[in-house]
Amino acid sequence: MIVELGHYALVLAFALSIMQTVLPFWGARAHEARLMAVARPVALTQFAFVALSYAALTYAHVASDFSLANVVENSHSTKPLIYKISGVWGNHEGSMMLWVLILTLSGAAMAAFSRAIPPRLLADALSVQGLLCAAFLLFILLTSNPFARLSPAPIEGADLNPILQDPGLAIHPPLLYLGYVGFSIVFSLAAAALIGGRIDAAFARFIRPWTLAAWCFLTLGIAMGSYWAYYTLGWGGFWFWDPVENASLLPWLAGTALLHSAAVMEKREALKIWTIFLAILAFSLSLLGTFLVRSGVLTSVHAFASDPQRGLFILGILVLFIGGALFLFMTRASSLKQGGLFAPISREGALVLNNLLLTASCAAVFVGTLYPLALEAINGDKISVGAPFFNLTFGPLVAPVLLLAPLGQLLSWKRGDLLGAAHRLFFAAVCGLAAMLIFAAINGAPVVAFIGAGVAIYLIVGAFTEIFGRIFPSGLGSSKNAFYRAKGLPLSAWGTAFAHAGLGVTLLGLAATGWGVEKIVAMKQGQTYDVGPYQLEVIGLTSQQGPNYKETLAHMSVRRDGQIVALIQPAKRFFTTRRMATTQAGIVTLNFGQIYVSIADQNESGSLDARLYWKPLVSLIWVGALVMAFGGGLSLSDRRLRVGVARRAAKIPAGAQGAS
Amino acid sequence: MTRKQKRLALIGSALGVLGLAVGLMLFALRDNVVFFYGPTEMAEKHVGPGQRLRIGGLVKTGSLVHLEGKSVTFAVSDGNAEVPVAYTGLLPDLFREGQGVVAEGALDKGGVFRADSILAKHDERYMPREVADALKKQGVWAGGAENPAATQVAKPAGATQ
Repeated sequence: MIVELGHYALVLAFALSIMQTVLPFWGARAHEARLMAVARPVALTQFAFVALSYAALTYAHVASDFSLANVVENSHSTKPLIYKISGVWGNHEGSMMLWVLILTLSGAAMAAFSRAIPPRLLADALSVQGLLCAAFLLFILLTSNPFARLSPAPIEGADLNPILQDPGLAIHPPLLYLGYVGFSIVFSLAAAALIGGRIDAAFARFIRPWTLAAWCFLTLGIAMGSYWAYYTLGWGGFWFWDPVENASLLPWLAGTALLHSAAVMEKREALKIWTIFLAILAFSLSLLGTFLVRSGVLTSVHAFASDPQRGLFILGILVLFIGGALFLFMTRASSLKQGGLFAPISREGALVLNNLLLTASCAAVFVGTLYPLALEAINGDKISVGAPFFNLTFGPLVAPVLLLAPLGQLLSWKRGDLLGAAHRLFFAAVCGLAAMLIFAAINGAPVVAFIGAGVAIYLIVGAFTEIFGRIFPSGLGSSKNAFYRAKGLPLSAWGTAFAHAGLGVTLLGLAATGWGVEKIVAMKQGQTYDVGPYQLEVIGLTSQQGPNYKETLAHMSVRRDGQIVALIQPAKRFFTTRRMATTQAGIVTLNFGQIYVSIADQNESGSLDARLYWKPLVSLIWVGALVMAFGGGLSLSDRRLRVGVARRAAKIPAGAQGAS
Repeated sequence: MTRKQKRLALIGSALGVLGLAVGLMLFALRDNVVFFYGPTEMAEKHVGPGQRLRIGGLVKTGSLVHLEGKSVTFAVSDGNAEVPVAYTGLLPDLFREGQGVVAEGALDKGGVFRADSILAKHDERYMPREVADALKKQGVWAGGAENPAATQVAKPAGATQ
């Protein structure tokens, strides 16, 4: 009964999405305020119905209702509760449900928090959002219905793919989708602005919080996914340039560019056309990612759907929205008026360069991801484009961004002083060079590693140079009111500094992989093995029974200079239902570095084949992403930029704002 | 600077970055693309030693030999032709005789494929797409996309995929 309610709620949500598409749009054309006003409650109700439907599906999974095909294929009665809940999105149908849930959540959020947006623009934007919801709801109802029943119902399910039974999977997809789909708000607003034909600096203010929020979630989602791959796949890699990973990197790069160009548009009313284009691009790339992952065109662990009907449907959605938006862009963009002027050497100039490089690197990833597919479609040749391609193209295009980021922060709007900015970066550059020399003295790494480490330090120090200059206007001597000055700085300035520094932290982690040690050994009990500065010793093997698997654990001690500093327990799990083994890497974090051990089966001689890694500073890769997202969060909570500020600002006189 | 000069600087830098990107991509695509072949195709194309390749097929039943250390040899077959493969390192969890496999490496002078990485997919019901295609080409396998006849796995009761 609950399942039928869920199915019915989904159909109702579809009907509501059609209403949301048609009525406000019509209202905006007919200047009928009452019709436009329908959009808001409908968007909220639609979210409520999809949430209800999603809850029904979750209930079926938790209650192990094996009359549902989706539950049978992906669940098992002995599966732990957390994976019964997260398993809902661990399959094609469920993950589309999560996608639509967040899509309608975005629509509802836009409806609830965008009172500052002019009613006409909001009506059109919610109408576009409604059309998006309608397309994806129809996709679920027609091709991927999670509520399909199975008769007769089997007694037991097939269990969830064991590598997906992991806490990382419980967090990664929702974060990633909040990022992916969060860009839909920006897309809808851009499309609505093009339909309306009037775009000014206020538009940048409307999209900025949504872009920032989506960007933060996407940053966290990508980092989480990368860490999940790192510890579950058992070979210590954290980024494989797999098409599925690239699919999440593409909107991130476009979104990062959008953040920066929106800043220019907001402050200087320049780059209007470009900002609109990026707003369309970011979500278009999210859609492309969904197509790649959900249609099954890729060879990848993520592509569990391989039904051509689904692929064609998503391709249709893709063509409709990207094509439609680009068509609107083509016909309307030329009528936009040119904005403020700026000298090439200025904050705007630096941000333009940032945008050029980010979109170019985005294009390189795009080509590397889609070229093999295109080639196969054209002449049947199967090729793979791996890490060397991306290192050679993405690397050189992103490197200047890293060098320019601190410089851009120090240039002033309109016309900047390059020499002055370079002068102020002197300290950061010295730190970077010193770090480079120190790192170069540590043997065993390629040149790229210590150059990267030097640039990382420069980037971190450089990121805070601007803030430092504002807190201590005349050197450290002026520390008297420093605290108050620091408190008085806008949060968005702190946000920028932290986001840039986070990039530096990640880069440091990446560079440090150059000093990593990898060993494959047949470990015997009682013998010690050197990994970097540490020694590993096998103490013994034990077996235990988990809820739905059998596990063999290897207990090892980690010593440094004779002292035991940690214990490490890599394991091998065998999932009985799917008859499938997984490797649970043993990981210990020591001084931001990690010892990583993954084991194979025991040999006949009793020795244990294992991969041993020492990865210095590797955790910084993900810590950096956290810092970036933290910076984004700070920026988001800046009072001046919050959603709905424009309206409040109109009511409160400028002087009173600081006190409130 | 005049308005025109400013615009020219903007367009110039845009073209510069675009040119750099295109140049890098063309250069990288020339040297860093790895082709995928099945054993039959390898024989047909007379692949020379040293050229980096990905090969895929089924691990021939009975061909897996563990040598000293962590070295193994096995044969990759598509039912028509087969290629001997040598690999040193830990095999992935799902590596089994009779299962699909993808290996990346190059042929040595003796005609043995020296693999430096072995991929077995992380879902045993899932066949690497290239492998499935290579097998279909040889008429060995005509099954559905997800449950190749070659896998000898008891299907869980009630699974409808």
